[in-house]
Amino acid sequence: MDIELQKVSYSYGVGTPFEKRALFDVDLLIPSGSYQAIIGHTGSGKSTILQHLNALLKPTEGTVRIGSAIIEYKKKPKDLRPVRQKVGIVFQFPEHQLFEETVLKDIMFGPMNFGVDEKEAEERARKMSKLVGLPEEVLEKSPFDLSGGQMRRVAIAGVLAMKPDVIVLDEPTAGLDPRGRKEIMELFYKLYKEQNLTMILVTHSMEDAARYADHIAIMYNGRCVLTGKPLEIFSDATKLAEFRLEVPHIIRFQKRLEARLGFSLPKLCLTEEELAETLAKAVKEREQ
Amino acid sequence: MDEILSLKNIAFTYTPDQPEVKNAVEDVSFTVYEGEWIAIVGHNGSGKSTLARIINGLLFPQQGSVSVLGQPMNEENLWDIRSKMGMVFQNPDNQFVGATVQDDVAFALENNGVPHKEMVKRVHEALAQVKMEDFLDNEPQHLSGGQKQRVAIAGALALRPRILILDEATSMLDPQGRAEVLNTVHKLREETGLTVLSITHDLEEAMLADRLLFMNGGRKFAEGTPQQIFDLGDELVKLGLDLPFPIKMVKLLQQQGVTLEGGYMTEEELVNDIWISNFKK
Amino acid sequence: MGKMIFGRFLPGDSIVHKMDPRAKLLFVFIFIVAVFLANNVWSYAVLLAFTFLVMTISKIKLRYLINGLKPVMILLVFTLFIHVFFTKGGAVLVDWKFIEIHEEGLRQGIFISIRFLVLVFMTSILTLTTSPIAITDGMEMLLNPFKKIKLPVHELALMMSIALRFIPTLMDETDKIMKAQMARGSDMTSGPIKDRIKAVVPLLVPLFVSAFKRAEDLATAMEVRGYRGGDGRTRYRQLKWNLRDTLALVVLVLVIGLLVFLRN
Repeated sequence: MDIELQKVSYSYGVGTPFEKRALFDVDLLIPSGSYQAIIGHTGSGKSTILQHLNALLKPTEGTVRIGSAIIEYKKKPKDLRPVRQKVGIVFQFPEHQLFEETVLKDIMFGPMNFGVDEKEAEERARKMSKLVGLPEEVLEKSPFDLSGGQMRRVAIAGVLAMKPDVIVLDEPTAGLDPRGRKEIMELFYKLYKEQNLTMILVTHSMEDAARYADHIAIMYNGRCVLTGKPLEIFSDATKLAEFRLEVPHIIRFQKRLEARLGFSLPKLCLTEEELAETLAKAVKEREQ
Repeated sequence: MDEILSLKNIAFTYTPDQPEVKNAVEDVSFTVYEGEWIAIVGHNGSGKSTLARIINGLLFPQQGSVSVLGQPMNEENLWDIRSKMGMVFQNPDNQFVGATVQDDVAFALENNGVPHKEMVKRVHEALAQVKMEDFLDNEPQHLSGGQKQRVAIAGALALRPRILILDEATSMLDPQGRAEVLNTVHKLREETGLTVLSITHDLEEAMLADRLLFMNGGRKFAEGTPQQIFDLGDELVKLGLDLPFPIKMVKLLQQQGVTLEGGYMTEEELVNDIWISNFKK
Repeated sequence: MGKMIFGRFLPGDSIVHKMDPRAKLLFVFIFIVAVFLANNVWSYAVLLAFTFLVMTISKIKLRYLINGLKPVMILLVFTLFIHVFFTKGGAVLVDWKFIEIHEEGLRQGIFISIRFLVLVFMTSILTLTTSPIAITDGMEMLLNPFKKIKLPVHELALMMSIALRFIPTLMDETDKIMKAQMARGSDMTSGPIKDRIKAVVPLLVPLFVSAFKRAEDLATAMEVRGYRGGDGRTRYRQLKWNLRDTLALVVLVLVIGLLVFLRN
């Protein structure tokens, strides 16, 4: 399911003295099955965009197309549930949305709102909780008795249980320790690969974008200023600096290394593993 | 070197009536000396935050003792001791007491009965130290996370503490905010020699410290310089921590069969090592 | 929520903005009492004229004040109707089927509406020109004498300032949780009332959990920063009473004199 933003503008508090424009003429096409990263600083407009992706906000100008649904300012909202079922959002600190008595019920909340019957919802909840790595015995516990990391997994399972086609991730690893961060990101990547989902990662982490995304959009002061494949985006450090962003650490390191070695490696590497492999090859070639 | 803070054989449990539950902190001892930056690292749930609350007298340990500037902490001198420790917590919003930046910085001064004239002077000084003097009248909702944490640091500094404790102070910030806060602390140490204790799982923050204390399962797992701690290598990864980039890179390259010396912490040394061991012939 | 004007502060640099909050609070309080002195065309005219004068000096746009009326509009229209249709006396102006409007009714209706209008306008001018924290400070200072009768003035003021401090934070939080639950298919803005009430639970539970967590964190932070009640505390915020504050009250007293002179 494609999502397309056409000339989207958005202002908060329209018609009050506190009116504030957050988005300016944003054009963005997220094709079905892609892993799209939206990068920008706090206040760049990326969280406002995020809320347009499943009609939580309506653009004050322009059009948002989610699959076949068209969202416009003037159009009366009909039932938005089908749209929201297709696009699941994992908000930043999603554990803050838990409220049910038990973990199981909380995971079932989403699917049941979308009309799935109780038996099916429970089945999904059990399956998804296993998928995100929750032990069986926590399902009957109160979500508030779990550790922060486990609560986040519950919240993620709750979104997955809706069986969305598109998953939007808003800084999904904020506040986690390094191991937790890695586990969560790998989990989403696995889902993306295995279930042919569309992933949209809203983040300020260049490293995560470099490692996982196949398309990147850069937001700056409410505008979408740059889009492209990771290698295209990251090969131009001066351009990124204009938007107060840095290329990923691994690329900076590669440049530094190349300067010292006096020659360039055959390709720009986006992950540590890739660089190690490329460099090892270069060493072997030199030895021969 | 003067001893600022010292913990001896601390043990603590949140459930004293349930002996079967493992203690949150078990037999931890360490000493912080004047002017050093010490970091307590460990994954979530390793007991490091409990330790922070014990240091500040928010929790009293069932065993062991905490001394600040040579005085053992007890109920009588608690307020006096707290006025010598500045503390910054994790959530930038939940520790902002004042209505505006300057009110918040003044809060601890008001509590300690500092006269008005002196207060104004110290508020301005403290805000200048964290480069927030242009935001005197800003309300918290108009500040970024990093700015709020810098205000929290100023609030702690205004009381002229002997030690600044950062309890996961950067873990909820974006990279920019994290850099802002760490630069501020770094600068402060250069200018005033402030003693810092940071509790963190952030690698960059830990690497800035002179000494690391590595917590696992409520116990002190290891103690030493960053170099010594990160030499533990895979053991750290197993316990949920990440390795610094140069160490990780050396490991990956060696796995690919590249010869390297290893045993350093900076990128510069890594670049040189790759060059000298493989290309300079 | 973003559209609400009533009770919000609009920073500015008019004389009214710069006045001591104690003076403004006293001014509005006395004005509210004085409004009830008016009882004929002339005295109401003075009230209206005075209110518009204050509005002009404060540089607050009439549009914002009218916006501030919106929440009480229903009440205003309702009292107007009650008076117009049910107060008898004087000449009969309209007599059509069962509707009968008397001159006295119309008069009373208009008077009450003006009374409403000036009260809302004046208090809106107060809140629009004074930051909530300044109002709290002003109240604390004005209530200080009541400490003698064991009124916990400091604690009340602190509670109020913390509440004010956290209102925007909790509003944001409410918005976030609401959106998160909407994204999970819960809908509290449409559908039958029964469903909407049910949809409030997923909003309220997380909100309470978070509010308690915040309260706990805040209490910890306050304790660590040496807060142990109002005794021995000094104050960072100092209020300054200027000549203009005295003058404003003098003008108000003159207006009251005029009202007393004009009323029947």
